[in-house]
Amino acid sequence: MRTLIFRTMAPYLTSLMVLFSVFVLLRGHNEPGGGFIGGLIAASAFAIYGIACGVSPVRRALYFHPMGISGFGLLIASLAGAMSIFSGVPFMTGLWAEVSVLGVTVDLSTPLVFDIGVYLVVLGSLTSIALALEEREED
Amino acid sequence: METAFSALVGIFFAVAVYLLLSKHIIRILLGAAILSNAVNLLIFTAGRLTREVPPIIPAHLYMPDEATANPLPQALVLTAIVISFSLFAFLLVLTYRAYQELGTDDTEEMRVAEPADDAMPPMGY
Amino acid sequence: MAAEQGKTVDLSVAMILDPVPAADWLVIAPVALPLIFGAVLLMLRHRTATQPRVAIAALAALFAVDLGLLIHVWTGGPVVMTMGRWLPPFGISFVADMLGATLVVTAGLVALVCGIFSIGTVNDIGRRYGFYAFMMLMVAGVNGSFLTGDIFNLYVWFEVFLISSFGLIILGSGRRQIDGATKYAILNLVATTLFLIATGYLYGIFGTLNMADIARKAPELRETAPLMTLATLYLVAFGMKAAAFPLNFWLPASYHTPRIVVAALFAGLLTKVGIYALLRTLVMLFPPERSVLSGLIIWLAIGTMLIGIFGALAQNDIRRVLGFVVVSGIGSMLAGIGLGSEVGLAGAIVYAVHSMLVMTALYLLAGQMRRAGGSYSLSDLAGLYRSHPMMAAIALFLVLAAAGLPPGSGLWPKVMLVQASLADGIWWLALAILVTGLLTTLALGRVFVLAFWRVKEAAERTGSEIATTASAQTAVLILCIPVAVMGVWPEPFIAAAQTAVAGLLDPATYAGAVFPVEAVQ
Repeated sequence: MRTLIFRTMAPYLTSLMVLFSVFVLLRGHNEPGGGFIGGLIAASAFAIYGIACGVSPVRRALYFHPMGISGFGLLIASLAGAMSIFSGVPFMTGLWAEVSVLGVTVDLSTPLVFDIGVYLVVLGSLTSIALALEEREED
Repeated sequence: METAFSALVGIFFAVAVYLLLSKHIIRILLGAAILSNAVNLLIFTAGRLTREVPPIIPAHLYMPDEATANPLPQALVLTAIVISFSLFAFLLVLTYRAYQELGTDDTEEMRVAEPADDAMPPMGY
Repeated sequence: MAAEQGKTVDLSVAMILDPVPAADWLVIAPVALPLIFGAVLLMLRHRTATQPRVAIAALAALFAVDLGLLIHVWTGGPVVMTMGRWLPPFGISFVADMLGATLVVTAGLVALVCGIFSIGTVNDIGRRYGFYAFMMLMVAGVNGSFLTGDIFNLYVWFEVFLISSFGLIILGSGRRQIDGATKYAILNLVATTLFLIATGYLYGIFGTLNMADIARKAPELRETAPLMTLATLYLVAFGMKAAAFPLNFWLPASYHTPRIVVAALFAGLLTKVGIYALLRTLVMLFPPERSVLSGLIIWLAIGTMLIGIFGALAQNDIRRVLGFVVVSGIGSMLAGIGLGSEVGLAGAIVYAVHSMLVMTALYLLAGQMRRAGGSYSLSDLAGLYRSHPMMAAIALFLVLAAAGLPPGSGLWPKVMLVQASLADGIWWLALAILVTGLLTTLALGRVFVLAFWRVKEAAERTGSEIATTASAQTAVLILCIPVAVMGVWPEPFIAAAQTAVAGLLDPATYAGAVFPVEAVQ
């Protein structure tokens, strides 16, 4: 698998796929897309990087342990749901805020935070499974 | 349309059960994967099949202005796909580890946890 | 979002507009709290010393919240919260009735005790591989199953605790563990898939997944729809989850392989979720179908009780003995479901609470015996009475409780079940329950006699004894308290079970809590 062409291309391919996964994540707000599919794309990006360059560069590139990333995702997703306790509405109610940044109005909402959480959970858990499988291939 | 899909679901189930009855773990896994796909198709069919527009409300309206497809089975199937996918990924890792550790994928030889020659408890005090 | 723009949209037809009382958050807290702390613990991967503190603080808070929920339900009836402000049946409802609240409190206590036990017994490797995180997520899944009012959501919570239990069962990755985990994982996956199949059919028939809504619609649809098929599918799926005969073989094949505290947690929580789901579906949603199936369920119950206890008699490893005793206890609960009378169902619920407490305590005690005696094998264990008299006293008490003898908690549910089966004229079931009690006394009594009373020669020492830790001893002692209270003062437990049964047999209160508007009309 580790041909020169693949090894050279993999970092670029990975960064492009991660970028695309963030695009899909944010697009999912009002159109097809979302955290789950975005997370899958990002996880496959890291899996490709792992196939091309080995598992330890991926772990170094991620910096945090994949399970830690998924823990963080789970944390912000559940906190996004629990935010509604302050507004006197039931758990998981979508709350919205309009923030004006440099004259552009941006809709921020708890579903967005939840979706980012889902993205990180999927990214973390699937990357850790993929890396576990790739690690075993080596020995 | 529903009849054809029901028959298809039946075939999927038959194939899945046949594979699940095998004694090789990898076939059992394939059976489980087919079984979960059969269930997804079943839920989809149970939500009634219609050739309608996607259930997305246009930006200027509060309600769809024409009949749309039922979104709930799609949400259910999506959830089920996510879950069965992650379970399948986990099971793949697990069976691979089992194959490495136990050196077999034959369930009849997987007797490490329950050895056939396990000692009987002491019969006397 | 919509109303702000001044359009004529009546939100009240789709959304709950009344503010939610803060007390209603008690129904979601038993799920949200362990989820949040499970996430935090996943992030604290390398802080192995901090993990138990965070986990035990969280479990203690969780137990307090569970108790609050139970008191709230006991005084004020079922508590409901529907997610995302959508009106039920479109929003997913969380409903805490007496049955759910009682089981949540028991599960909270079991989890707290296992957390305390783990301080001195789960090493850094186990912690780094996420013992505490998976335990929290599993508790979240179990609590979610007990509290959700939506049948597809029940499936999701089943998967949540199933996936976390996979994480727990392979912790350490020994050969035996991987062997046991493979069987556990595949058979449980098939069981939950069967559950999903039944739910797919149910949605096709009812067009709704909200349990209160299903309970309301079932009488009208009974004439035309194949509800019998649904009830049977649920019986198979949940029977497999609960390890009922003849689908019980995954349990004794896997429960003795993981760490003892994981096995204790599994024995306390997992199979009982299957029993809970059977109560919810067969008794609350499909009562006429249950009475058609009752003969079958009773024979399954007798099979489970006897196969379980005969299996226990043939084992040499204490953990495997206990695995089979768990199966045998499931038989008693199934007997109550098969009988279907008020006393029988109440007996099944009291038995579930008793079994959650006692089986966890027995597994934890087995861990203590392993530390003190150097082995799990009955051939090797001996002379523990001389070295650990306190442990012997606790063991005797728990063995009596598990066998259904006073002063432990096992007596009362057995009395209720025998009474109920005699009242229905099913004497062979009463006989089976009593014979099972006798055989349990033999199986567990033999463990006690061999491990504690048998004289041990100094030369026989295996050399692998480890000092028992104070936290582990405290954990077992804490579990003995409710067992003893239930033994000498069973009235509040029976009263709670009777309220729970009344709610199951007449789902009007449950449905009224979920659909308050129509209850007023």
